[in-house]
Amino acid sequence: MNDRIEFRFSGSGGQGLILAGIILADAAAIYEDKNAVQTQSYGPEARGGSSKSEVIVSDSPIEYPKATKVDYMVALTQESFNKYIDDVKETGIVIADKELVTDFSKARGKLYVIDMVKSAREELGKVLGLNIIALGVLVEISGIVSHESIKNALIKRVPSGFEDYNKKAIEIGFKLGKEIKNNN
Amino acid sequence: MAKNIKLMQGNEAIAEGAIIAGCNFFAGYPITPSSEIAELLSSKLPKTGGVFLQMEDEISALGAVLGAALGGAKAITASSGPGISLKQEHIGYASMSEIPCVIVNVMRGGPSTGLPTLPAQSDIMQAKWGTHGDHAIIAIVPSSVNESLYETIRAFNLSIKYRTPVLILTDEIIGHMREKVVVPDKSDVDIIDVKLPDVPPEEYNPYNYTSGAVTPLAPMGEGYRYHVTGLIHGETGFPSQKTETIKNAQNWLIDKIYKNIEDIEKFDEFQTEDADILVVAYGSTSRSTRQAVMMARTAGIKAGMFRPITIWPFPEKQISNLSKRIKKILVPEMNMGQIILEIQRNACESQVYGLNVVTGEPITPDQIYAKIKEIAES
Amino acid sequence: MIKTKFDYDKYLRKNTLPHIWCPGCGDGIILKALLRAIDKCEYPKDDVVVASGIGCASRLPGYVDFNTIHTTHGRALTFATGIKMFKPRLKVIAISGDGDALAIGGNHFIHAARRNIDITMIIFNNYTYGMTGGQYSPTQPLGTYSTTTSFGSIEQPFDACNLAQAAGATWVGRSTSYHAVQLEKFIVSALKHTGFSVLEVITNCHISFGRRNKMKSPVEMVKYQKEKAIPIRSAENMSDEELAGRFKTGIFLENTDKPEFSSEYRKMAETLKTK
Repeated sequence: MNDRIEFRFSGSGGQGLILAGIILADAAAIYEDKNAVQTQSYGPEARGGSSKSEVIVSDSPIEYPKATKVDYMVALTQESFNKYIDDVKETGIVIADKELVTDFSKARGKLYVIDMVKSAREELGKVLGLNIIALGVLVEISGIVSHESIKNALIKRVPSGFEDYNKKAIEIGFKLGKEIKNNN
Repeated sequence: MAKNIKLMQGNEAIAEGAIIAGCNFFAGYPITPSSEIAELLSSKLPKTGGVFLQMEDEISALGAVLGAALGGAKAITASSGPGISLKQEHIGYASMSEIPCVIVNVMRGGPSTGLPTLPAQSDIMQAKWGTHGDHAIIAIVPSSVNESLYETIRAFNLSIKYRTPVLILTDEIIGHMREKVVVPDKSDVDIIDVKLPDVPPEEYNPYNYTSGAVTPLAPMGEGYRYHVTGLIHGETGFPSQKTETIKNAQNWLIDKIYKNIEDIEKFDEFQTEDADILVVAYGSTSRSTRQAVMMARTAGIKAGMFRPITIWPFPEKQISNLSKRIKKILVPEMNMGQIILEIQRNACESQVYGLNVVTGEPITPDQIYAKIKEIAES
Repeated sequence: MIKTKFDYDKYLRKNTLPHIWCPGCGDGIILKALLRAIDKCEYPKDDVVVASGIGCASRLPGYVDFNTIHTTHGRALTFATGIKMFKPRLKVIAISGDGDALAIGGNHFIHAARRNIDITMIIFNNYTYGMTGGQYSPTQPLGTYSTTTSFGSIEQPFDACNLAQAAGATWVGRSTSYHAVQLEKFIVSALKHTGFSVLEVITNCHISFGRRNKMKSPVEMVKYQKEKAIPIRSAENMSDEELAGRFKTGIFLENTDKPEFSSEYRKMAETLKTK
């Protein structure tokens, strides 16, 4: 079971974390023939609150479907950063947005603080697509699936008419991921 | 031909399985965590000539399903704890009147409103005993998204074959998680269809209590005029208070399920051949159990798993047989101890231990492994 | 004019008779009017579904040779909705008592009306729960007595016809078991209407209601129906005081403009198929 890799997207309802998880699972399970399970947990709020979406990827069948020893975590709010960081492995990687998470007193594992919101604002013109940028960063840093697989899964799952916008968003993520990898 | 593999949610797999099984009627009422089944069927059914209805409440949802089933529909409803509680009277009606239907319960924490977005396995006994009066029921507990699809098809088949409501008990985890599903072609699966009786209308009795064979339910509006009632009725369908009829009707409701248990039961065994400790687990808990069994084997503990897929009627014989050679049995459940009662009743020769975790979180492999270890050392 | 005797045997399941209704009960009169009306409409027996709930009136389906469903208390309309939606070609009739239709089944009643689904509902209103021994019902008049209103009812009753209209039914009428000829005519009209039609029939339960309200014989109760019934047109010129303690009879509403639910559903499904 050593090949089991656990991913966690955390933030607040409405940020598109579940979709990011689904796209990652789709890329791994359908486009790369790995095993993948995606789960989520959320409160009663449709918007706001803290929520998480998790993806387990493995070459073996996946039994327990939730993350318990997180390899990669994305945090897009301070609240979710604090709430969900405890299961991150010592050797795990936490990707946090520079504007949305500012208090790192609870940090575990290796911390990458990245200007995702700023890049979205500057390069996409709006913060919509932050989830896809974060997904791009995660794929680039983890290398869990190829760029091609994640792009195929992305195009299938985003609303028609928004393909180019989302492709641009994921490329921004790849770029930010590469930068941080090179600097570490 | 390339296999049609999709990443889908458990709830989606149930909707998909229903369509493949030939389901042409859904009536329901919105409730977390089952609503995706209704949402998906609301777009699928009208396109395939079927009917989707969002009813005014949970009771009417099952009422409409039963009305449609009497018309010959392959009908399904889906709900969760509070809704299933409200449906109980109609579950009894379906059982008494022998109307085929499929009822999905995506289990969440209870009692009452409980934990709408969090999983539990606390409706296992309700599935068996929820409605009043003596009756038998079929209930199925899938443990994966893929199994949710195939077991939904089996649920439709069993409901028609035995003219009975069939419950599918998933939970918030299986219902909402996404994983790979091999979507079969309709021609690749066995499907039992609604049929007209073999006899002409003048010879048709809607019920048969004594021959042992299940009489097909004639769809209404096809020339077979008969009466349906929730009162105890004779083979003609009309109410009766004759002691002989009451006895026959009552026995039949139990016998038609239990005398066919070998056809209805389904289970899975994992490393039980040489096991010293047996873990009996079902639904999402069986996933953690399988992992815990592997952990135990790595640590040199001979553990194995028995997983009922059909949970009602309960696989009494299998448990009783396993109990003859495995003396320690662990039953992890996301409830305060339900199916363990069946194990204790049937595994007379074993020491039975419970692991009951009700926290809104699934039971982890670590928790089960720790308990296996504790039992092994005791 | 020579009137041939109507052949009820054509529609009765004689093996299920005698019926359970008390001697003098009005329900048998409604049953006979229903059979004459169905015959007039010339519906084939195989195409008629009669669904009922629980109560005295709800035993009717057992006696008639159609596709019959004696459902659970208050839920006739839920089964009726299911089978009508699945097989719209069937003529679906729901039989219900006042408690069945308006208390335990009240929610289904207003929602069937809201949808305007093509079902004819006949409410046998005898102001009481006769089968369970005469407890007060949601239509029981203020100040009258029952086994659970020993001091006279202080609850405001429902007017089933007002309720049906407000909820969206498109055919609404009221008659009585005394006005048997009018009753048959109204049932024909309700059956022929496409949409949710509600016919309230004031019927007599002298055993459970009458006995406790100074009308212990069927004759007294039938007289009550005859005297208290005011045709809609006559009621127009009457003051509230004059109308007190009386009820209007007639067809209150016949609206053919509002789309019917089962056919709207088919239309929607058709457009999806061609896409």
